[in-house]
Amino acid sequence: MLRQVRPAIVMMIAMTVITGLIYPLGMTGIAQLLFPYQANGSLIHRNGRIVGSALIGQNFTSARYFHGRPSATAEPDSKDPSKTIPVPYAADNSSGSNLGPTSKALIARVKKDAAQLQVENPSVPVPVDLVTTSASGLDPDITPAGAYFQVPRVAKARGLPEEEVHQLVEAATKGRLLGIFGEPSVNVLKLNLALDKLGSK
Amino acid sequence: MTMNGWFQIALFGAIVILLTKPFGGYMTRVFTGARVFLSPVIGPIERGIYRICGVDERHEQHWVTYGIAMLFFTAAGFVTLYALQRLQGMLPLNPAGQHAVEQSLAFNTSVSFVTNTNWQSYTPETTMSYLTQMAGLTTHNFVSAATGIALAIALVRGFARRSAQTVGNFWVDLVRCTLYILLPIAVIVGLFFVWQGVPQNLNTYTDATTLEGARQVIAQGPVASQEVIKMLGTNGGGFFNANSAHPYENPNAITNFVQMLLIFSIGAGLTNVFGRMVGSQRQGWAIFAVMGLLFLAGVATVYTSEAPGNPAFAAFHVDQTPSALQAGGNMEGKEVRFGIADSALFTTVTTDASCGAVDTMHDSLMPLGGLVPMVNMMLGEIIFGGVDSGLYGMLLFAILAVFIAGLMVGRTPEYLGKKIEAKEVKMAMLAILILPLSILGFTALATVLPAGLAGTANAGPHGFSEILYAFDSATANNGSAFAGLSANTPFYNSTLGLAMFMGRFLMIVPMLAVAGSLAEKKIVPVSAGTFPTDGGLFVGLLIGVIAITGGLIYFPAVSLGPIVEQLAMKAGTVF
Repeated sequence: MLRQVRPAIVMMIAMTVITGLIYPLGMTGIAQLLFPYQANGSLIHRNGRIVGSALIGQNFTSARYFHGRPSATAEPDSKDPSKTIPVPYAADNSSGSNLGPTSKALIARVKKDAAQLQVENPSVPVPVDLVTTSASGLDPDITPAGAYFQVPRVAKARGLPEEEVHQLVEAATKGRLLGIFGEPSVNVLKLNLALDKLGSK
Repeated sequence: MTMNGWFQIALFGAIVILLTKPFGGYMTRVFTGARVFLSPVIGPIERGIYRICGVDERHEQHWVTYGIAMLFFTAAGFVTLYALQRLQGMLPLNPAGQHAVEQSLAFNTSVSFVTNTNWQSYTPETTMSYLTQMAGLTTHNFVSAATGIALAIALVRGFARRSAQTVGNFWVDLVRCTLYILLPIAVIVGLFFVWQGVPQNLNTYTDATTLEGARQVIAQGPVASQEVIKMLGTNGGGFFNANSAHPYENPNAITNFVQMLLIFSIGAGLTNVFGRMVGSQRQGWAIFAVMGLLFLAGVATVYTSEAPGNPAFAAFHVDQTPSALQAGGNMEGKEVRFGIADSALFTTVTTDASCGAVDTMHDSLMPLGGLVPMVNMMLGEIIFGGVDSGLYGMLLFAILAVFIAGLMVGRTPEYLGKKIEAKEVKMAMLAILILPLSILGFTALATVLPAGLAGTANAGPHGFSEILYAFDSATANNGSAFAGLSANTPFYNSTLGLAMFMGRFLMIVPMLAVAGSLAEKKIVPVSAGTFPTDGGLFVGLLIGVIAITGGLIYFPAVSLGPIVEQLAMKAGTVF
């Protein structure tokens, strides 16, 4: 029985060295060589500053920008670290709302958000992705329906013709991958960057 | 529901079927010690490891020694992982400056990763240093998976051998599985993930200034190397809190699809290994058929319950109908790039197997959508199962099924030419009954103690579901959660830790006893009275035994949670 002790200890060390150090560090080296942009987080630079990541959603509140989905992320309260305060799109603390389908809190939140969105575009029903929080709290995308819904507000705030903003959304829409996988989506950060470019022309 | 959604599900099933035979063939060669194309490269490393560990690769072990070797190895892993977490503040590769992990959390996490559960009471990006993630957690993603596969192979040898005293050598199975199966796939698919956008760096967290001028700190790290083995080894512990819903872990629908394939690949392949080793691939396909049918029933239930959306939103002028411009449905806790079909599929796959990674928040699933993962885990994750519980859990049910068939016709039951006698049936029942003992026992305890009730985030039956799901997931070594539950408390960390321990080891020991006892038996020649175990009748009987056993044990508990919630939702009641 005790003859299994030495293999147990040495094997654990050997496996840690192979799978826990050589493998991840080697992968880091190869990844940095072959795919440096992706390996470093698909970061987007504008005027020499990092404005975010193409894969990570960020918080937009201004009427001049397209908004992402509601986010349930939070950060510890600086006054009382045992509590948390809501901080949407906290990319160092991903989380969903974890509210169940019969939760009063969920239904009240959706009711309030839907009523607010209804005001800016009363002609169509509110696409469900605009009033539901994503699983990660960092969803970089909205649905094409969710983007078109916001066109009138953005166009008005920027003084642009709706048609032009509409075209921008169309260009930013990504279909299903290989025509099969996933769902059509619009990356909010990329769409807003395109919008800013349009404004500066 | 959309045609495309059903098509993606069908395509997934078809690819799993196609992968099963070639992968099964490769794994069989690895575990029988045959030469494979990687042998010239890996052989010297393999032999070097045996030399420094003092292992004689030709020496086989009795099932008791095999079990002891496994337990000692697990104990060594537990100690090193615990120490690494407690000391991480003083060790290198910690750019985010994480402190030592608190004791009860370090205990829970260590049990969690050595048992292949990967339950996470913590938020990784605010708790674990890069060194802990790599040398601690990534290592255990490999070795706990390899341990589980080794045990499944030992049981298969029990069926395949005759009048034998040994079931294999644990060290050899462990090393060969890690070096020939897990590592090569991890390297290739891991680099594919990086190409698709999964980060792989040791940088400090990125400090970005958003378009609106706010500060956004973006967590980084060696994500891809852990992501791939997390899925392949059906571990499921996320590099980030949001797990495979996090865009860095799972950036698009193709990585999502590949992640799901990784979860099922080994579990499905093992059914073929089983068939090959016992001398008839049809036996493996019969087990595969049972798994496949249960899988389809599960995914159809989740998809049909998520797609119509939440009836409570209808009054607020919210559009949940699928169209060319949106997936619609219950999007709370889901990501746009995956929509409903891929989320439903992932939910089913991750709990059919012992994975527990999530690309959607299970706590926000519709009541019946949440019931499916719960039931999948209660049955012991026998549906492809992934690396540990799957094949051997299913084979224990198969023993039960032939036993019941034997009772019906009044003959001594046989399976694969082995007489199934009192010892095997007792051990199989013991292994099967450990799960409800832990799941229902701890859930009952948590619902009467203030420390247990304090953790729920949702009120009403959904709160009960959160508790039941937690002990279900821990016992079944899954690791997914109804994550609203505040589980990072001394009460939950310790009880869930115990549940993970019971679910793994108290199931493994009787299972190994079955393996040892079967290996010693002679083969009974097939006669006219032998019940064929590779046909439709057996498949039907096995599904029946699983459904009846699961139903009798768990129906009262799930009716208090998801079923009553479904009825309440239909009646418009909220909590």
